[in-house]
Amino acid sequence: MYRYDEFDLAFVQQRVAQFRGQVERRLAGELSEDEFKPLRLMNGLYLQLHAYMLRVAVPYGTLSSKQMRRLARIARDYDHGYGHFTTRQNIQYNWPKLAEVPDLLAELAEVEMHAIQTSGNCIRNVTADHFAGASADEIEDPRIYAEIIRQWSSLHPEFSFLPRKFKIAVTGAPNDRAAVRFHDIGLQIRRNEAGDVGFEVIVGGGQGRTPVIGVTIRKFLPKAHLLSYLEAILRVYNQLGRRDNLYKARIKILVQQTGAEVFTRLVDEEWAELKDGALTLPAEEIERIETYFAPPAFETLPANSPAFEARRFEDRDFARWVRSNVSAHKADGYAIVSISLKPEGGAPGDATAEQMEVVADLAEAYSFDEILISHEQNLVLPHVKLSDLPAVWDKLVQHELATPNIGLVSDMIACPGLDYCNLANARSIPVAQRISQRFSDLNRQHEIGDLKIKISGCINACGHHHVGHIGILGVDKKGEEFYQITLGGSADENAAIGKIVGPAFSYDAVVDAIDSIVDTYLGLRQDNEKFNDTYARVGITPFKEKLYAAA
Amino acid sequence: MPLLKDGQVVDDPWANLPEPSEAEGQSAGETAIDVDLIVTLEQWRNGREALLKRNGRLGLRLRSDQPPAEIVDDLEHFDLIALEFPKFSDGRAYSYARLLRERHGFKGELRAVGNILRDQLFFMLRCGFDSFEIAGQDATTAWREAIAEMGVWYQPTGDGRLPSGVLGGAFGRSRAVAAE
Repeated sequence: MYRYDEFDLAFVQQRVAQFRGQVERRLAGELSEDEFKPLRLMNGLYLQLHAYMLRVAVPYGTLSSKQMRRLARIARDYDHGYGHFTTRQNIQYNWPKLAEVPDLLAELAEVEMHAIQTSGNCIRNVTADHFAGASADEIEDPRIYAEIIRQWSSLHPEFSFLPRKFKIAVTGAPNDRAAVRFHDIGLQIRRNEAGDVGFEVIVGGGQGRTPVIGVTIRKFLPKAHLLSYLEAILRVYNQLGRRDNLYKARIKILVQQTGAEVFTRLVDEEWAELKDGALTLPAEEIERIETYFAPPAFETLPANSPAFEARRFEDRDFARWVRSNVSAHKADGYAIVSISLKPEGGAPGDATAEQMEVVADLAEAYSFDEILISHEQNLVLPHVKLSDLPAVWDKLVQHELATPNIGLVSDMIACPGLDYCNLANARSIPVAQRISQRFSDLNRQHEIGDLKIKISGCINACGHHHVGHIGILGVDKKGEEFYQITLGGSADENAAIGKIVGPAFSYDAVVDAIDSIVDTYLGLRQDNEKFNDTYARVGITPFKEKLYAAA
Repeated sequence: MPLLKDGQVVDDPWANLPEPSEAEGQSAGETAIDVDLIVTLEQWRNGREALLKRNGRLGLRLRSDQPPAEIVDDLEHFDLIALEFPKFSDGRAYSYARLLRERHGFKGELRAVGNILRDQLFFMLRCGFDSFEIAGQDATTAWREAIAEMGVWYQPTGDGRLPSGVLGGAFGRSRAVAAE
């Protein structure tokens, strides 16, 4: 894991002191809320429906046990005993008091964490594959480059007042778990024909009210030029991105309006001036950061573990959990464990302080002290020995963390919705809860298989509904909550935006509608066909006919 | 509005050329010939010949939708360029400032004008601004605090400050090479 050097530490400490001063000026009445707003937003502090909300960055989704324990303590001391893991590998606290926020930030700084650039029109917390460093399909660990980008983008003097927020994601594997085609910039690590490792650069993807799949503007960017090329993209965007309309200010609109070819030319012209200058990454600096992410000391183990196999044979619940929540690891005898934060009837992404501490203990005992946060709002223990899986599972079961539903119907992404958010038109979490109750039979969920349902409470699409195999969008119809359903979306390497199936459903009818869609799929699927494959084969009509048959 | 330069509030030796609507019939030729004068891009384009005949120094004020690329060939005529921030959130001029300093070699005074927060001063300084029109009573204190609050940065810019992190070493070396 990356460890702060003296400068990183000074940087976050100075930032805490600066914000403490700003909060004091606000509390003393020297700053109005209007004047304070841009300052608090630069430190991740939002004013929500009921209270302040603080969004803490988990850079590239990686935490040590010590950091997780601190997040738990903060949940207990400053919140109502829980935290909410978000789709951008952040954690949010919903009830901090303004006067206490500087102390909270100081506690974070002690464990090398902060809330800088988790909001505002700047380069946000850089995200990465949640199986980074563990998956077999990885070319290189994306966190090396996410850390390099974190440094470059932290309080960038030129790019702190962009037209709109700016999100960068990095993946090191061909199987895209970081949704790089739905970010302002997506970086896909590639190996070229000469065997060199570099980046495919994808620009202008995004969700929100205008969902767009990003376009590749450079097929192979050598590592040394990563920052000069990013600076060129940002400089073009900072000057030309629209500032007259909040909803047209993201880079995706600029790329659409100029056209991908012209946009690429503008970036290349700017890059020609910056290339080989002060932003060139020295190979030894890349190596220095790489050492922080060096693989832990894996033991040489056989590919199978008798203890693990025996438990799997004897214990059907354990076997079912392994089937959905355990993934292949690059090292023999190890596995990647996903911990579901989507129990039946729960709020997706919520974890109690006790649960965070349990996960911290497990990581320390069984996963080289490492925890990852997924953009699907779950937690990951990246390096667990197969022979330790039974012990890990037993502990997870005790703390209601063993829901065997990763990738299944009830592993939904949902935004906070009308229960918490100023912008929402409709509730999201109760819809997710009702769906998980409808599909409470876990064997049925396993029979249905991989199916991603994603729920947003308004067109800003924080719940990623556009890229759900089944997407649910809350809309307001004459003061009543309605839900529009889309089918066929995908955030992975087969990026696709879902299509609207027909008229929206009421709050009461939406769960029946999801049930109907799942039934239609099960009736039509051939062999082990995935939902989107069946949908691609049969089209939207059979789903529509069944959904609206009664009407 | 107070003008900050080198951390001090100073008297502004520059005057703005009034818009025709404000001073009917007045043209550049009629203002005192030795006054240092800031003109808009439109005034420069319309009155170029007359402006160049004056004795006073010339400054240019650009709106945030007027990129300096438009006047690169005329830069030699200006001792000052003022870049407008119509709203503190309109960050285009940060890029303009760096381009003027680092690409077009502008050596004169680079002034930030408009809606500027004290919390932005350090960013502006790092992008190449060296004077600031800033509202408020105690501009020098605001300045002192704003530039002392953060002592660590990661980005190399034209201001020559050595960055921390992955670009620190390379930046030091490239400057050493440039100095040879």
